[in-house]
Formats: sequence, structure tokens, C-alpha cells
Amino acid sequence: MTDIILDIEHQQSSHCETGVISTLLRSKGLDISEPMAFGLASAMNFVYLPIVKLGGLPLVAYRMPPKTIIKTVCKKLKVELFSQKFSDQRKGMQALDDELAKGNLVGLQTSVYWLPYFPEDMRFHFNAHNLVVYGKTAQGNYLISDPVFEHLVECPAEDLQRARFAKGALAAKGLMYVIRSVPESVDLTPHIYSAIKKTAKMMNGIFLPFFGNKGIRHLAKKIKSLKKEKPKYQKLFLGNIVRMQEEIGTGGAGFRFMFASFLDEAAKITGNKQLVEAAKQGTEVGDNWREFAMDAVLFCKKRKELTLDDVATKLTSCADQEQALRETLLTIKPAA
Amino acid sequence: MEQKNVPQDNSATYQGQKKLVYAVDETGHYTGVQSTGWEVESFATQMAVDDLQQQTDEALLQAQQGEVSPLAYHMLRLRFDIVSLAQTTGFFQWQIKRHLTPKIFNKLSQKKLAVYSDVMKLTIDELQSLPKHNTTSE
Repeated sequence: MTDIILDIEHQQSSHCETGVISTLLRSKGLDISEPMAFGLASAMNFVYLPIVKLGGLPLVAYRMPPKTIIKTVCKKLKVELFSQKFSDQRKGMQALDDELAKGNLVGLQTSVYWLPYFPEDMRFHFNAHNLVVYGKTAQGNYLISDPVFEHLVECPAEDLQRARFAKGALAAKGLMYVIRSVPESVDLTPHIYSAIKKTAKMMNGIFLPFFGNKGIRHLAKKIKSLKKEKPKYQKLFLGNIVRMQEEIGTGGAGFRFMFASFLDEAAKITGNKQLVEAAKQGTEVGDNWREFAMDAVLFCKKRKELTLDDVATKLTSCADQEQALRETLLTIKPAA
Repeated sequence: MEQKNVPQDNSATYQGQKKLVYAVDETGHYTGVQSTGWEVESFATQMAVDDLQQQTDEALLQAQQGEVSPLAYHMLRLRFDIVSLAQTTGFFQWQIKRHLTPKIFNKLSQKKLAVYSDVMKLTIDELQSLPKHNTTSE
């Protein structure tokens, strides 16, 4: 067997799912940036689910659940996406090889933990990572464009198989996807407006106190009540929020900067001045989230005279700002 | 965040990798900027990693003293907990809790051991044994 190496323009991204869909679409000649994919999918959100515990700490997320972005973007832009899951691991690996032999870039959902090229401290059992396979060496190693990495990487077949078929929450079941066709041209303008409207609606949250603005305020209340807990739990609780906001590939401030970047790009495409202002407001929101992360960590370090109430107040101010941003977004109308 | 303010803190947790964040350039527009790390973020990461390491060290000590089974140590070393191990093996959480006691673990059937061995990528021998030294760093 000889090497299969397909053409790919590797672009480092902040987040795996948006990075993969952007890479795949661009390879087919449809120029959709990572922030644009994120924005079109109305993927920005906030979720605080105290009942769902990961490693003993509650689930905190800054976006819609995995797979939403790829599905929504393809559906909106009328991109034909072929995806497959497998119960038989060998068939799953064979199907990957077949697609590569046909000259197709293949998107895969995998576990993070079993990918040997991940830094040790960032490996954890999270099953909804995404990457693109662009080839296979004669020795049987897969050539991978992992969007959150700076450079292209290589992975032994055995490890990739294990990563694709790791069981547990959000199990990938070998999920692979290939773009079969894209439309010749796409007018993004109507999609931009409808996506912004949808994001604005979701920012309020539904009647449950776990999502959007209500979720942020609920979390702020919880931070205040941490006073009853042991210092160690207080630290781990706050640290967990910061990690979900910054560590796991969000482009900074829990996707808020990526969303502002989308608004900025949307302003360029539509020529709508309102969007320029909204992008600036989005940046302020992101900056405030970064300050919240700093405060949370300062509290953990006991460096300053910062209390849990102060940290909670900062988080509440994030909620206030997002509410204002929501108002702005709702006023945005297509330029006449 | 402005491009010039993107932290470049060379975080040890990145292990030489860079991450992409979005920031505003001199013209006022967004651009992707590589970052070598942010001290605030890496503090949070390090705190979580240290906590796991501490739990693993404790489990190793307890396993060496025969208070818990080697499974307790390997589970934590491989970043599993009872919940995630139950999800991956298909065992119930109460079953795993029992398997964490040496008495029951030592009597486990080859079939059950094989399930653990498969999802944890360990041989049955490795699963049943402990490192000699009091350190878990590889």
C-alpha cells in the first residue's frame, strides 16, 4: 500500500466542531470561516445544569450541544452531508479507508482521551471531539488535521479506532461524515439575520433556570451559596467554570469573542452599521467574562480581598451585559 | 479583547502548543490570534490536574495497604470516575463500587476483568497489579 495524502488547507481553529465544518466546506470551495459557522448555527448559549455532574462538578457550557453546529450549518446552506455510524469497528475503519481512497476528506467524531497527540493535561474522557482525516501512510498511520492544533498530526490506526469507538456519554459510535456536494453560491445575508434573531431569543433562556441569562444568574446565586462549602470545593467549583469557559477551546470568554467576530464579519458582508455596533458590544461582553475568570481565579489564590459575593456580582454583571446585547440584537433589521 | 492584549504566558499545561483565540486588531476588526497560554486559565487547569493526581496518589497508597482494589487506583490514574467507568463498561455504579474492594475484586471472573481490561487499555495482569514505587507519574 502507498501513502494516501489528500489536499488540505489546515487552519487552526478555536473549537473543534466549527473548525472541522469550516475546513470541510472550504475544501469544497465554500468559504465559511469558523466564526461564521458558529454564528449561522446560533450556537452561542449558556447552560448551567447542577443535576448533571462531571467528575463531581456541575455541567457548565457556553454553547449548544455537540453536533448542532455541523447539522445546522449544512441544513441552512443546503450542503449535502453524508454521515454514518457503525456497530462493527472493522467496518467503520474500512469505510474510512474507502472514502480516503475515493479522495474524500473525512470528518470524524472521537474521544479526546485516546488521541496520543493531545497534551497529557488536556486529555479527558470527552467523546464529542471532531477532526478531519486527510490521508493514511503506507505504515497504516492516519494523517489528521485536528482543528484545535497548530500543525497537522499523525495517529496510529489502533489509537484512532479506540478514539472513534470509545463508549460512554456522547459516544461517537464511529461517526464519520463526508460532504458530498455544496451549492455553487450562497447568499449568506438572510441566514445571518435569522441566525442572530434565533441567538437573541435563546439568550433569554426558557422558563427553566438553567439556560441563557437565567442560567447565568442561577450560577451567580450558587456561587454566593458556596460559602457553606469547604474551601477546596469552592476552588474546584470556580476552577471548573473557568476551564469550561477558557480551556476547552472556545476562542476566549466562552465563545463570546467568536460570536463578536461573527457579528464583525456579518457587518462586512451585509454592510449593516447596526452590526458594527453590536460587534463592539459583543467584545465588551467577552471582556467582562474574561474579568470574571480573573476574579474567580484570584479568589482561589486568595491574593486579593475578594469574596465569593464579589465573584458572583461580577458574574451578574455579565448577565446584565448580555441582556443589553440581546436587546441590541433584537433591533437589528436588514438594511434597506 | 485587543490583539496586543492576548495573553502569551507560555503555560506549561499547553506543553508547547498554541491555541487560537479571537481578538480585535488595529483596524478594529476581528482576527484569529495564537496564544501560548493564559495564566488564569492554566491555574484552573493545574488545580484540576493536581486534584486528580492527589486522588490517584491516595488511591495508590490505599491499594498498597490493601484497603481498596488496584482497580480504584487504575480508574483514577486513567481519568475515570465511577460514573464514567459505569458508562463505558456497562456495569452498574453499585457493581463498580463493589469491585473497588479488594475482597470482591480478587474473585472477579475473567470475563468481568476482560471488560475492564478492554475499556481501560490494560492487560489483566496490569489491571491486577500496582506500581512498586509511591509515584504515579509516568
